[in-house]
Amino acid sequence: MKYSRTLLKNFYKTMLRIRLCEERFVHPIINGEIKCPVHLYSGQEAVAAGVCAALRATDYVFGNHRSHGHFLAKGGSLKKLVAEVYCRETGCSRGRGGSMHLIDVNKGMLGSTPIVAGTISLALGASLASKIRKDRRVTVSFFGDGAAGEGVMYESLNFAALNKLPIIFVCENNLYSTHMSLRECRTKNNIYRIGGYFGVRSYRSDGNDVLKVYERVNRAVKLCRSGNGPVFIEFMTYRMRGHVGPNDNIHGLHTDIRPKKEIAEWRKKDPIRKFSKYLAEEGVLSEKDLESIKEKVNKEIAGAFLFAKRSPFPKKEELGRYVFRE
Amino acid sequence: MSSGNRILQYSLAINEALHQIMAADKSVFLIGQGVKSPWYVGNTTGGLLKKYGASRIIDTPVSENAVTGTAVGAAIAGMRSVVVHPRIDFMVYAFDPVINEAANYHYMFGGRVCVPVVIWGIVNRGGEQAAQHSQSLHALFAHIPGLKVVMPSTPYDAKGLMIAAIKDNNPVLFIDDRWLYGIKGNVPRDMYTVPIGRAVIRKKGRDVTLISVSYMAEVSRQAALMLVKQGISVELIDLRTVKPLDKEMVLRSLKKTGRLIIADGGWKTCGMAAEISASISEEGFRYLKVPIKRITLPDIPAPASSVLEKAYYPSIGDIVSAAKKMMQKSA
Ligand SMILES: Cc1ncc(C[n+]2csc(CCOP(=O)(O)OP(=O)(O)O)c2C)c(N)n1
Ligand SMILES: [Mg+2]
Repeated sequence: MKYSRTLLKNFYKTMLRIRLCEERFVHPIINGEIKCPVHLYSGQEAVAAGVCAALRATDYVFGNHRSHGHFLAKGGSLKKLVAEVYCRETGCSRGRGGSMHLIDVNKGMLGSTPIVAGTISLALGASLASKIRKDRRVTVSFFGDGAAGEGVMYESLNFAALNKLPIIFVCENNLYSTHMSLRECRTKNNIYRIGGYFGVRSYRSDGNDVLKVYERVNRAVKLCRSGNGPVFIEFMTYRMRGHVGPNDNIHGLHTDIRPKKEIAEWRKKDPIRKFSKYLAEEGVLSEKDLESIKEKVNKEIAGAFLFAKRSPFPKKEELGRYVFRE
Repeated sequence: MSSGNRILQYSLAINEALHQIMAADKSVFLIGQGVKSPWYVGNTTGGLLKKYGASRIIDTPVSENAVTGTAVGAAIAGMRSVVVHPRIDFMVYAFDPVINEAANYHYMFGGRVCVPVVIWGIVNRGGEQAAQHSQSLHALFAHIPGLKVVMPSTPYDAKGLMIAAIKDNNPVLFIDDRWLYGIKGNVPRDMYTVPIGRAVIRKKGRDVTLISVSYMAEVSRQAALMLVKQGISVELIDLRTVKPLDKEMVLRSLKKTGRLIIADGGWKTCGMAAEISASISEEGFRYLKVPIKRITLPDIPAPASSVLEKAYYPSIGDIVSAAKKMMQKSA
């Protein structure tokens, strides 16, 4: 066995925490208890879990509109996540941001925002800060395949390469950008190749295999820490839920344009099912171990939802707070 | 029949405008995110792809800067381009082709070439979407020489201004608000235009002039109805165009009422209401019986929490109480 039992167990736990939390959001979204737009991460857990396991607590990450998983995997508080999605004062952004604006500065999660590709250049800046300060931090920029349509991604790759910045560009290719399939957005399905043109080491990897993700990112982190960054990695994955909300049910029309067969095929590649099978087969964790982890996680999540729902809303008298740092 | 009493909803009035102008003028094309999908642009583009094909109805990847530049460049090359941004916030990536290029092109090349492009940005706020999905940026664009900015509040104006904007030989920002999409009103079947730069009096009155635009015109209409019941007669002006501003109509009304409230869905500082206030103090100061009142968003980013949203967006009540206070002051 290449990895310690603890590490393997943590991969499982991290992924399961994300999944079960995401699935817990489904009902309150449907019944209107949660109002802010929520882009569920279900299906892509192996990427967040594998990437963040290769990072130190002091390393930085930036995310996008679909960042619950990034936030949790980097160590963000589950309670604060749920409270933020409920837009409560106790949320990680104090209810000012909602699901699409997550942050935990102490854990190195420096923010997720929903302008597509909006944080790529910010991640670049964080990695430049590390280079100037020589603090050996690594920064990860999480973005989707859709973000590869924005010019800023190309500018950032070039600038990162030029300055040998300690940044890992992580593109989560789930084959769709809202209602557009990748085929409609690019003539070729080879986003990872883009990095090469700028002299950035670039790879593509299975994004539904947490060990493969971890190994790939581990190598990238080493390169970055030793001054041999940047690295670009494209992880192939799939979302199990709608683009926004539980399913793409807009105006009462079922507008998920993804072929049913494709969805079914990817379901078979579910990263958590895949990994738990591996754990059982390798004798790392028994069925009973897996169950008891699940039980613990479910308990924690139930507690977080209770906490969120009992939390106060922001006070309307404080509408103008936080525009500037006083 | 040109003016049959046909009722249409706002979003479908835009749809009809696009259908008619595309049928009439082969140089018109539509490009932007979501034009073939109801996900983003409501039903404003329904049926267009089927009728005019993918060469003139172009859905795009997430590339606002390049896509907007494409629309501008095609206009320079003789097309009449319409580029849509399902949220005006996404257009910030497209500031360069709009502000540096489109707005300046005609002037900086001594009038050798014009840029008939419509840049259509949708304000899509509320629903706890927060700071990056709720902005009303019309004042930013109105600040730029060379750009016109229209913001219809009725289905009639939505159709007429869309057609006018497309026929105009200059870059026009067409800014609409998703909160207006369900509003119904009379829309003639024929193709017609509403002149850019011309405001309209929605309701005659003698006590207070209330100026607004876009969704705030709808809020103001409801406020004016309430105020009438309380004995305050409001003259309601819907600007329809933010730039160029119909100052004459505002001055004429102010001359009569001596009181001015400006209600705008944008921010206060350097906003549309600020511009109107400044113009009026330059040219209509002598008519003012009391200071001008601005009702705008506070200088605060849009919050997520619905509790904060409620405090954030100006309401009918805000306008009503401002008008009452104003009348008391000068009674
Ligand atoms: C600048 C900008 N343009 C458009 C949008 C609307 N939008 C939100 S998410 C999204 C698709 C993003 O796709 P991708 O990056 O692949 O992420 P995924 O949703 O697949 O996780 C789009 C176009 C946006 N938020 N920002
Ligand atoms: Mg995607």
